[in-house]
Amino acid sequence: MNSTILYSILLLTSIGILSAVVLYFIAKKFKVVEDPRIDEIEKVLPGANCGACGYPGCRNFAEICIKADDLSSFYCAVGGNECMAAVAKILGKEAVAKDPLMAVVRCGGAYAHRKKSTVYDGVRMCAVSHNFYIGETDCAYGCLGLGDCVTACPFGAISMDPSTGLPVISEEKCVACGACVTACPRLIIELRKKGPKGRRVFVSCMNKDKGAAARKICAAACIACGQCVKACPFDAIKVENFLAYIDFNKCKLCRKCVDVCPTGAILEVNFPARTEPKDDTAQPAKTEA
Amino acid sequence: MDKSKLLTISLSPHAFGEFSVRKIMLGVVAALLPAFGAAIYVFGLGAIQVILVAVAAAVFAEYAIQKFILKGPVTITDGSAIVTGVLLAFNLPSNLPWEMVIIGSFVAIGVAKMSFGGLGNNPFNPALVGRVFLLISFPAAMTNWPKPLVNRLAVTDALTGATPLAILKEGIKNGEKVLDLMPQLPSYADLFLGNIGGCIGEISALALILGFIYLLYKKIITWHIPVSMVGTISVFAGILWMVNPARYADPLFHILSGGVLLGAIFMATDLVTSPMTPKGMIIFGVGIGILTVVIRVFGVYPEGVSFAILIMNAFVPLINKFCKPVRFGESTAHG
Amino acid sequence: MKNPIIKTFPQGGVHPHDNKLSAGSPIARLSLPKTVFIPVAQHIGSPAVAVVKAGDKVKTGQVIAQGAGFVSANIHASVSGTVQKIDEVMDSTGYKRPTIIIQVEGDDWIEGIDLNSEIRREIKLNPEEIIKRVQDAGIVGLGGATFPAQVKLSIPKGKTAEYLLVNGAECEPYLTSDHRLMLERGEEILIGVQILMRALKVTQARVGIENNKPDAIQVLTGLAAKYNGIEIFPLKMLYPQGGERQLVKALVNREVPPAPAGLPIDVGCVVFNVGTVFAVYEAVQKNKPLIERVVSLTGPAVKKPSNFLVRIGTPILEMIQAAGGLPEDTGKVISGGPMMGRALNSLDIPVTKGMSGIVLLPRGESQRKEVLNCIRCAKCVSACPLGLEPYLLMTLAEKKFWDRAENEKILSCCECGCCSYICPANRPLLDYLRLGKLTVMKIIKSRKSHG
Repeated sequence: MNSTILYSILLLTSIGILSAVVLYFIAKKFKVVEDPRIDEIEKVLPGANCGACGYPGCRNFAEICIKADDLSSFYCAVGGNECMAAVAKILGKEAVAKDPLMAVVRCGGAYAHRKKSTVYDGVRMCAVSHNFYIGETDCAYGCLGLGDCVTACPFGAISMDPSTGLPVISEEKCVACGACVTACPRLIIELRKKGPKGRRVFVSCMNKDKGAAARKICAAACIACGQCVKACPFDAIKVENFLAYIDFNKCKLCRKCVDVCPTGAILEVNFPARTEPKDDTAQPAKTEA
Repeated sequence: MDKSKLLTISLSPHAFGEFSVRKIMLGVVAALLPAFGAAIYVFGLGAIQVILVAVAAAVFAEYAIQKFILKGPVTITDGSAIVTGVLLAFNLPSNLPWEMVIIGSFVAIGVAKMSFGGLGNNPFNPALVGRVFLLISFPAAMTNWPKPLVNRLAVTDALTGATPLAILKEGIKNGEKVLDLMPQLPSYADLFLGNIGGCIGEISALALILGFIYLLYKKIITWHIPVSMVGTISVFAGILWMVNPARYADPLFHILSGGVLLGAIFMATDLVTSPMTPKGMIIFGVGIGILTVVIRVFGVYPEGVSFAILIMNAFVPLINKFCKPVRFGESTAHG
Repeated sequence: MKNPIIKTFPQGGVHPHDNKLSAGSPIARLSLPKTVFIPVAQHIGSPAVAVVKAGDKVKTGQVIAQGAGFVSANIHASVSGTVQKIDEVMDSTGYKRPTIIIQVEGDDWIEGIDLNSEIRREIKLNPEEIIKRVQDAGIVGLGGATFPAQVKLSIPKGKTAEYLLVNGAECEPYLTSDHRLMLERGEEILIGVQILMRALKVTQARVGIENNKPDAIQVLTGLAAKYNGIEIFPLKMLYPQGGERQLVKALVNREVPPAPAGLPIDVGCVVFNVGTVFAVYEAVQKNKPLIERVVSLTGPAVKKPSNFLVRIGTPILEMIQAAGGLPEDTGKVISGGPMMGRALNSLDIPVTKGMSGIVLLPRGESQRKEVLNCIRCAKCVSACPLGLEPYLLMTLAEKKFWDRAENEKILSCCECGCCSYICPANRPLLDYLRLGKLTVMKIIKSRKSHG
């Protein structure tokens, strides 16, 4: 064999072996000792790293759970109750089952109800439009339709409906991580209880203008007439700042408020169609698609 | 809702200047017209073929990639592919086979521009990447220039000869003195006007300088890069020449021969791949100048401009990071 | 004193067409409307608090809203009549704000105001009295910033005022209200300058006027010869010559430290717009509060581009009618100039203290062009008068790198619009810069409150 080749092979091999030995000792010396349970828990977590739990990443959440005394204040929205039960099993602690939540868009100002008064020609971001302009309509509280929520959702659960100009949130994909809630500059999206069979009732309006002014801006606005408060047998509705709000913990889904609302601002979702036809043709649709 | 009657709202400013990307690109093409004229006069049909093939291939490459691979908007109308095609052609000999020209265009657009994200995202000058790719892949064809002013109606099979720089390099390698080589080299007048061999766009200094004046007038480029690059070459080559005039050619020869003026005025000043502040531009130009002379004098290749520019393109992000514009009021704030 | 050197600021700036269509129109007093809508928040700082209620009868010049705190301003009735109601009415921001609505009945002024049009030259008040009179009159910066004037006149401890600088540049295209004011009321303005010099206890005042107004420069230079310490300086026509920092640099060659902390007083200067100076003259010499201002009504398709002397609270439609009516194809209505003005989302807006002009743009000039990739031409960098890198700040704001944006001095941006104006790729640089500034300021505030 040519001596050049021989020496090259020997030299490179010895460099390789020397490096391997050095690396081995360095790895040993600087090894970070970790609780093996962190890896176990991370395996059962969904790995979305979405931050909904309030911690930076699933691995960090695993570490926090190990250190916690009880798991009642920790919840992985993406994994849900099943996942928390699995985590609890590994740690030998109790997991508290929580009602699943769902992001709800509280604006009914579709194109048909809320007239456009200007054409917005700027950067198509809700944050920009909200901070510097009222939007394309006269409602200072309603959806701007530029889709910051759509961009923020890490699970692709939101899309803009081109016929209404409002976001639509998918029942299956939404895990209530809360990204859209922070993204919306007008705080229109709220995390509410998903409800049995996905049924929920909520006031689909954020308008805090006085009744007459609100009605002029949008046909589906809440005018704070107070009929819903009177109709609710469970004292779940409050009117504050000319806007009604339904507490989802008290609401029993009886839908009496939906019947009495004159503008159709209160929506019912995922209920079966009513048998008696509503003859009030002046009212906008009350059920969400 | 009749949208046409509604007022438009947007944030200020509500008035805009006259610059547009297309106007800038067309301005560059217009500035290249004198060099184009010189090339046709000196090289004839060969030059026309190379230019047309390069431009067509570049535009087609961009169209095909944007439409079929990226499946996004097609932006060939902004003129940047045309400019890349023209500049690539200007860096090639006029007798290059058309298959190689197409390969060069495809590499320039596909590899150097589109793979980084299209216009504005490429770190390296696409035309130069295409040219260097061809130089390294087909060294014989790329260093085989047709004799100037003869056989202009022939596209290939033209009589070939070496460029002034190549003659110089060969001669010095063989131990001849620069002064003895001078009779073989073209006169300064020929170098200035363009009666010399070389790549299509680099031969006529006069034509290129006319283009430079046009670009300055239209405010498409600023003077910083060309002046610092040519200035550095003059100084560096000048020092070498003063130390040993037998071995090193004089600075005027260096500036007028090869791709220095084409590189300084059109290639190094490429907006996307050059620094963003005047201070950065001068550092950029100085770097290119030093590298050009080093490659020409101490390297194997007779011409170093393309490599010098590409190497300095790699430093541009670093230059941008350290050469920030002067912030108004900082000197008062910190006493 | 004729100064041969044309002064300017050395870094950045752009050259929009100045389009001074209304420059030849003398100031015309607009007739009183039937109703006025006077918002209680027409200035920077706390909104004023209404001191009248529905049914009250008011006289012109009467205080109808009291300034709340030091950084605030009084609001006065600009007409006489009956207060109809206090309601939420849309103002130029597009949002509804508390507004005092008055049904106009005649033009009855309150006692104590000198309604004679003779020029009063003798200044009888001492500095403290001047500042009090300015505050009582509700005077704010009329160049558009609407900063309460008494705050600018109260020099903070540790700082000294050396120069009074008067902004007669009017660098925005289309606007000519300051130009006409300088031509027609030049002497009153110079008396106002003297009043402010006394209030600030300075001996030197410099008035900067862009040299596209040679007649105004000539008039004021001639008048200023009689006054000690007032110099008129022609300035190069370059936008934003009238920007505070650029004006200070041009007139006294000093650089104000960067925003948000830096102010002109840090380099010994106090800057006032000529309109504000005129209002100070009226307040101090005639005891007249700020109830009217000069507004340019202009645009390429306006039949009679004009400069109107309008009462605060007049609906802008009155001005538009007086200028020949709303042009057929109006696409954008701008309050202010086209570089920094605000596009209005409705025509039912009242004139407020900060409204220097209304520009009506036809539809063809109202749309933005298609946004392309940044071609790194660095025109925005060379156009920025403050030495920022707008292309970089836009990318940082898009990608939400707020810490890096703060380090790249995004808060120094004065929102002049030179970057968006010059960008060949039509990138919405200023939109993102504004978003970035807002977000970074929120982050800094929360950083401070969390210790």
